[in-house]
Amino acid sequence: MSQIILEAQGISKSFHDPVTIPVLKDISFTLMKGEFASIIGKSGCGKSTLLYILSTMDTDYEGNLIIDEVSMQGKNEGELAVVRNEKIGFVFQFHYLLNEFSVLENVMLPGQKLGKYSPKEIKERAYQKLKILGIENEALKKPNQLSGGQKQRVAIARALINDPLIIMGDEPTGNLDKKNSEIVFDIFKELADVYGQSLLIVTHDNEFASRTERIIEMQDGAILRM
Amino acid sequence: MNIKLIQNIAISLLLARWRQTLVAAIGVTFSITMFITLLSFMSGLNDLLDGLILNRTPHVRLYKEIKASDQQPIDVHSKNTNQYNFIRSIKPKSERLEIQNSAAIIKNLKTDPRVLGIAPKVTAQVFYNVGVIEITGVINGIDPEAENKLFFFNDYVTEGNFMDLKNIPNSIILGKGAAEKMLAQIGDVVQITSSKGERISLKVVGFFQSGLQDLDNVQSYASISTTQKLLGESNNYITDLQVKLNDILMAPDVAKEYQRIYEIQAIDIQTANSQFETGSSVRSLISYAVGITLLIVAGFGIYNILNMMIYEKMDSIAILKAIGFSGKDVNRIFILIALSIGIFGGILGLLGGFGLSAIIDQIPFNTSSLPTVKTYPINYNPRYYLIGTIFAIITTYLAGYFPSRKASKIDPVIIIRGK
Repeated sequence: MSQIILEAQGISKSFHDPVTIPVLKDISFTLMKGEFASIIGKSGCGKSTLLYILSTMDTDYEGNLIIDEVSMQGKNEGELAVVRNEKIGFVFQFHYLLNEFSVLENVMLPGQKLGKYSPKEIKERAYQKLKILGIENEALKKPNQLSGGQKQRVAIARALINDPLIIMGDEPTGNLDKKNSEIVFDIFKELADVYGQSLLIVTHDNEFASRTERIIEMQDGAILRM
Repeated sequence: MNIKLIQNIAISLLLARWRQTLVAAIGVTFSITMFITLLSFMSGLNDLLDGLILNRTPHVRLYKEIKASDQQPIDVHSKNTNQYNFIRSIKPKSERLEIQNSAAIIKNLKTDPRVLGIAPKVTAQVFYNVGVIEITGVINGIDPEAENKLFFFNDYVTEGNFMDLKNIPNSIILGKGAAEKMLAQIGDVVQITSSKGERISLKVVGFFQSGLQDLDNVQSYASISTTQKLLGESNNYITDLQVKLNDILMAPDVAKEYQRIYEIQAIDIQTANSQFETGSSVRSLISYAVGITLLIVAGFGIYNILNMMIYEKMDSIAILKAIGFSGKDVNRIFILIALSIGIFGGILGLLGGFGLSAIIDQIPFNTSSLPTVKTYPINYNPRYYLIGTIFAIITTYLAGYFPSRKASKIDPVIIIRGK
């Protein structure tokens, strides 16, 4: 259980418009397999920016990022997409589901893209993930027919479909009420405890963070404690 | 690799916003419809105007011209001396307008592979007798079959049957204007006096209207033998040979060649109608300019609509990329969407263009100068449909390609953070 799955080596990033402002300053840390970690910090301290870099969705940075013992440096856009597809499940603050597709199809999409399983298996797996999250009854509805909490659970199911190495969340409970936040946290907790899933969640909710195994605190683009 | 998945996503995105899809497709349809209709209409009108001249004019006309000889006897006589002759007031000698050895020339021309057909003609200056008044006129002795085959003679015979010229002896088809002056009806007998003073009675079997008032006032048609009889000439008397070629562009060369071989005057259509040449080329220039303008306007229209559509789906692109679709996949999805709209809208546009053309083709268009034209002319050239199709596909492809390439290149986070 002591395998390093994600390693940041001296990651820095600046915004250049209109003047150069450093957002991240030489960030280095590692994440072990099975860890349930949270990143906290004040708004504007760069925690979301860091998460987007770690998830390979932002490529405009300096330093090195190693995911599953492979450096992300010099990988092209297509190769990074494969990494995201296979190894990372991402949950946004807003659900970011495609309203053109049903809940089930939304969950299936990353699986279909990966193409590791047959369409029938992907469907079964999608149902299985929805079941874990307790929303299998909503499978054939459109996302805009669901409540906010349900949508977020669909997004988590979508993140889970390819059995990713790590799930990243950018304030996944930020848009939810207390009750739904609780449900989402419990799901994360269950995933970590029961399924050994690695999680890295950005949050400004200190209570949420205090219940995770590891807290990485950031301030002004640097890590304060971890 | 996962073409089917990409297809499915494209279809879902298309159908989920079917109203927007429809609007985009209608944009394409409208552009293609207008392009095809306008070009068909313009080119129909052009062909009509071209036809006014082209249908009636031989590509090469062989005739005998009465003029003074280029080589005067005194010049021939003093060829190798140092003298220079000034000769004034030369008159042409008495010569017949007949093409000599016409039968042999016709036989020879018929073997020429460049020649589509030959129509011989006898022109006679006459007077139409109306009571005591005589009106000057011209009778063209023609071979009705050849004349119709090469110059669409029947199109200009507004009443009566042109074949009666051949079937009824001593018959005449009068110019409309001449007929009105003579108050002649079909079946009447009119008196004609030849330039040599011979008088002959001809039966009116039809009326002829070319659209040129001056021509219709004087010109009439009879068969070759009737005209020969009127002139008191033998049956090999021919004054004109009208030659139609397979390729009109060869006319000047062919005319020069015939002039040399047969020692006869030959004039080509380009020289005889140089003003027509200018008009025709200016008209085709205008239609090309209009066609290109239409394509550009339509192209921008299509491009704009699709561009908007793709920008509206920006966040879908970001989501797809966040869950592991590559830029290439996104590009493919949107090109597929654009192409489906282009092909669907394009096909409707082809049908619409054809339909609108067909409707214009039914609108009455009556003008006294064009007796055969009853409705607005349309040129159903398949080339316009082909251009329209290719154009719809190319513009929609580009309209899908550029914005989606742009979207596929940026990091998904830029789109997400921009919200």
